[in-house]
Amino acid sequence: MTDEREYSPGEMMVVSAARLLEDGDRVLVGIGLPNLAANLAKRLHAPNLVLFYEAGVVDAAPARLPLSIGDPCLVTGAVSVCSMFDLFYLYLQRGLVDVGFLGAAQVDRYGNINSTVIGEYERPKVRLGGSGGACDIALSCRKTLILLPHAKRRFPEKVDFITSPGYLGGRSEREALGFRGGPEAVVTDLGLLKFDENGEMFLYALNPKATVEQILENTGWNLKVADDVKVLDPPTDEELRILREELDPNRVYLGRLD
Amino acid sequence: MTTNSVMTNPSSETEASRCGPSKVMSMTEAISKYVRDGDLLYLAGFTHLIPFAAAHEIIRQGKKDLVLARATPDLIYDQMIAAGCARKVIFSWAGNPGVGPLRAFRKKVEAGELEIEEYTHFGTVARLMAGAGGLPFFPLKTNTGSDLVKKNPSIKSVVCPYTGREISVVPALNPDVAVIHVQRADATGNGQIWGIVGEQREAAFASKRVILTTEEIVSEDVIRSDPARTLIPGFLVSAVVEEPWGAHPSYAQGYYDRDNQFYLEWEAISKDEARLDEWLREWVFGVKGRREYMSKFESSRVLSLIPKSQYSAPVDYGIYL
Repeated sequence: MTDEREYSPGEMMVVSAARLLEDGDRVLVGIGLPNLAANLAKRLHAPNLVLFYEAGVVDAAPARLPLSIGDPCLVTGAVSVCSMFDLFYLYLQRGLVDVGFLGAAQVDRYGNINSTVIGEYERPKVRLGGSGGACDIALSCRKTLILLPHAKRRFPEKVDFITSPGYLGGRSEREALGFRGGPEAVVTDLGLLKFDENGEMFLYALNPKATVEQILENTGWNLKVADDVKVLDPPTDEELRILREELDPNRVYLGRLD
Repeated sequence: MTTNSVMTNPSSETEASRCGPSKVMSMTEAISKYVRDGDLLYLAGFTHLIPFAAAHEIIRQGKKDLVLARATPDLIYDQMIAAGCARKVIFSWAGNPGVGPLRAFRKKVEAGELEIEEYTHFGTVARLMAGAGGLPFFPLKTNTGSDLVKKNPSIKSVVCPYTGREISVVPALNPDVAVIHVQRADATGNGQIWGIVGEQREAAFASKRVILTTEEIVSEDVIRSDPARTLIPGFLVSAVVEEPWGAHPSYAQGYYDRDNQFYLEWEAISKDEARLDEWLREWVFGVKGRREYMSKFESSRVLSLIPKSQYSAPVDYGIYL
């Protein structure tokens, strides 16, 4: 495997996220890129991945890439459909979901996610979608994976608004509130970040075409870097084929990262 | 278009019903009779079965000062906001699903011209569940640690009387009117849904009045042949409106797919105020109802939305004499 092949940073990001999912994981999938990554993993190394969607779908087997988290293709062939209340109450709050897969407009040093507003809440510069199920997912899953493009404004030291708590001010703060889990990794188009024993984010691995300097420049605080920063394998032919030909042939999601 | 392959030809209009008198009426009549200015509305359906036909009639009738509650305002509330129906929006995720932002909503919120009250999805459906079961609030293991708690004073906490621990609570939601779109219902309003069942059942039970719109009206025998599928009992329902394609551009499982082209087009339409006004004039005010609205689309586009059939294996309920 060489790094000569053409692939976009966005493709690398989705591939990198997909590789973090383990076969048999029960994963609650958010809209957009998480959706792409989870469906990629299920077609490759994790055929027994159980896909939950917050619309109330349990063990979906979509024949096409779902256009939204409530797409009819998620229902046909699924193991169960239930009300949203049942999904959040019986499955999620009950602790039956392993992995929460979330997008973010901003993420901070302790993995707190903002998907609500940029600027002041009352008079926002940009009004974003809001929590949806994200806050619920972030507080109830065994672990959370966060996906977003790497840019300074998206990695501030403190987010403008905590939509979905990560470790708040550190692991002990989250534990004090009685919540398990927390962010496990942040996947970007430049690298893979993890969290130390205090719940602080650090650079764990680089995407093949990225540098440590590039990541530090695009992070809004003095990011810790692992002593032995790894370099991730580039996408395989098969990963790229499935992404490009089967999952997102019109580059609906991949195109947004180009 | 019809899913009814098991039962013989339904003839609800002529059949004497064991569930009481028919509540079938036109959309115009149902909205004018049961929706009032200032009402708190819940137009239900999570991505699936969103009652767009009812929303367009509400716009046409010029209803105003409405409080619009929905987990996802979606295009349906974006259109109602743009048309000037809304005083306030209660929600948990405001976006054009899979496409981008909700432009009309976002513009008003960023300008400080629209009151909002915001929860998480779990919070929204738990509010309905509390309202439906007559509880004052619902306790949840979420919200805590989120800034939502600071910005929405209605998210509070109580001390658990058993463990002494604090737990987050959300208040009951009891809308004045729920509008629920279903795949099939009988004339008295017993409604059946399959596919994503979202929050329709909770919304119906929580609301003071329910308007049921349906892809097709079937006989009571069809409903009774499969009682497990009935989410909405007719005795909750004030009006039944037969409205094929009533959820377009969202979808009805087994009947038609989401018209994604429209969701993409809405991005461009809603970006530009003049274009948005023109769209409302042509597609909402310029038509009498859903039939005329659907006839404006090219037939190839409409036909492309209809899926091939895939039936479930039949279940045997048995006869017990």
